[in-house]
Amino acid sequence: MENIVEVKNLEKYFSNFSLKEVNLTVKKGFITGFIGPNGAGKSTTIRCIMNLTRADHGKVRIFGKTHEEDTENIKQRIGFVQDESFFYGHLSLEQNKKLIAPFYQTWNEKLFAHYIERFELPRMKKVDHLSKGMKMKFSLAMALSHNPELIIMDEPTSGLDPVFRRELLELLQDIIQDEEKAVFFSTHITQDLEKVADFITFIDNGKIVASEEKDALLEQHAVVKGPKEWLTAERRRLLHGVKETDIGFEGLLTEKQRLAGEADGQVLLERPSLEDIMFYTVKERKNGHSTIA
Amino acid sequence: MNIIISNAVDQPIYVQIKNQMKEQILHGQLQEKESLPSIRKLAKDLQVSVITTKKAYEELEKEGFIETFPGKGSFVASQNSELLREKQLKLIEDQMAKMLEDSKAFNIPLNELIEMMTLLYEE
Repeated sequence: MENIVEVKNLEKYFSNFSLKEVNLTVKKGFITGFIGPNGAGKSTTIRCIMNLTRADHGKVRIFGKTHEEDTENIKQRIGFVQDESFFYGHLSLEQNKKLIAPFYQTWNEKLFAHYIERFELPRMKKVDHLSKGMKMKFSLAMALSHNPELIIMDEPTSGLDPVFRRELLELLQDIIQDEEKAVFFSTHITQDLEKVADFITFIDNGKIVASEEKDALLEQHAVVKGPKEWLTAERRRLLHGVKETDIGFEGLLTEKQRLAGEADGQVLLERPSLEDIMFYTVKERKNGHSTIA
Repeated sequence: MNIIISNAVDQPIYVQIKNQMKEQILHGQLQEKESLPSIRKLAKDLQVSVITTKKAYEELEKEGFIETFPGKGSFVASQNSELLREKQLKLIEDQMAKMLEDSKAFNIPLNELIEMMTLLYEE
């Protein structure tokens, strides 16, 4: 599998937060989801990938090149959707397009018309007069209309209703049908990724805690629920984010196979959602313990 | 081809896809040489990840149920009748093994089982 994006040992320091040794890849022909709680470093990482902010350490390679080597070419080939609208609010959609389209050599007017229609966007309306969801749709239409090979989106689904969110996921799956493109998108609404993502990169507190195939990630974890008596000190060590109440406990089992046999009949093992994995892992860190092994 | 994914069962999605396709091949609903959707098309139709459908196809290929030709796509493998019979028998054997395991756990003797089976078979 070919890497379209390669981030190696990326570091970025702020006074109250830093990215530490961030490593990740985005593979050609697949959808990679980037998850983590608010403030985990998702947007900062994406800004470093897009060269909108300078990393203090580490390397970002896109299509095999760094921004220093060929930023112009790299940016021509990326469709970028930010969490906030960066269009001219007092101008109409059509006027905004007329200003931005000429920057792209591969701008495709037909494709733009197709998305305007598909997303039911009012061409002549001012950007300021659009709802949040509509702005996001316009952002998407602009990002996709120059046929990008890499689509990077920062929280694209946060302002969207469930109907359009599903349509967007379908659209992303359309985009990767030709095996030539890649999608990388961050979200804290993990259920969007539950279905279509091939790979998951999970960041928490500026560090990558997991980066692998989504199916493998879901298969190696399990949510365990059961009576408190079962929870010996040894077993507790296998669990993350344990919550104990008067009537039992629950926690995230990080290596399912290590408990094989011991769970029979006494505790309940449930298939986790990405949200479960995120929740218990973050809880574990806040409790002052380690991250996913 | 029909595939229905359930999120309610504990079985991984790729196993669900694999088993349903296998069953349709063994029952002849999917005929040999029939062309199958690409892994990306199937992923899109089922709203699952490409890796999931890829894994299902890879396992079906390993077990000899389908064949993939680069550039052409995937097809139901031609099954010689002997081999197909063998796979059908294997399927039944697996189900029997499960049944016998439960029967032993419930203390049901073999002759009673055979009696039950005969009755059901003749129905």
